[in-house]
Amino acid sequence: MKNTETLQVTTPTERELVITRSFDAPRRLVWEAWTNPKHLPHWMLGPPGWTMPRCELDLRPGGTWHFGWHHADGKDMEMRGTYREVTPPERLVSTESWGGNWPETLNTLVLTEENGNTTVTLTILYPSMEARDAALKSGMKEGMSLSFVRLDEHLASMAA
Amino acid sequence: MEPNSYGLSPDHLDATFAALADPTRRAILARLAKGEASVNELAEPFAMTQPAISKHLKVLERAGLISRGRDAQRRPRRLEAKPLAEASGWLEGYRQFWEGNCQRLDALLEELKTEEKKQHLRRKQGDRR
Repeated sequence: MKNTETLQVTTPTERELVITRSFDAPRRLVWEAWTNPKHLPHWMLGPPGWTMPRCELDLRPGGTWHFGWHHADGKDMEMRGTYREVTPPERLVSTESWGGNWPETLNTLVLTEENGNTTVTLTILYPSMEARDAALKSGMKEGMSLSFVRLDEHLASMAA
Repeated sequence: MEPNSYGLSPDHLDATFAALADPTRRAILARLAKGEASVNELAEPFAMTQPAISKHLKVLERAGLISRGRDAQRRPRRLEAKPLAEASGWLEGYRQFWEGNCQRLDALLEELKTEEKKQHLRRKQGDRR
């Protein structure tokens, strides 16, 4: 089984959510795709129907970033934060907040390269376990993610 | 926001998330969604030993995702629908969100690689002239 391109989402500690995925590209290209506003709106879109009309970033420690998405049905979403650590092409640490009641998280992106493949590990640290679980849950509840939740077949059949 | 409003303790949720992180356990749950099954029946499609499957079943049981049926001899396992629907929905939502992003990123990286190769080639040709 080819495991390299399997996306993993885990909760290794009480306050963390970790996303891991490998890409068939050297990490300087992954870094470029992840940090250049020319590339980000082409892929950081989430579920179908969203575009990313706003993608502003000042890539240096203390610099801020501001992303904005728009859905075909009229919904808008915004996310912003501040870079804490910028070490191309291997490590990017920044705060992230959706605004409103959402907790601010500390996101650490680590890129490791082996044989031309890059493994991306994104660790999202919440201020508390309650905040993490609430964020995961309210994401479901408030419909932000409802549109993109396509549960495995078994879940669909169970709900029926 | 009202965490745990359906009465699951945080420990329980962590167990649920950990249980769902494993592809074999997800496949077991998918099988059980079609109806209860004995340990032997579950072991069959996975080319795994019974003890290995039992280990996975224990994790699922601790997480409250499966329970044991009434037949004392077969001891069939069955799916506990509610915690799975709720807990896996959370992570599944995240997973789906990122899966779409990553697939688009795959495509973009292919483009960047091709572009780089072309530039490299052009530079080489330029050198020759």
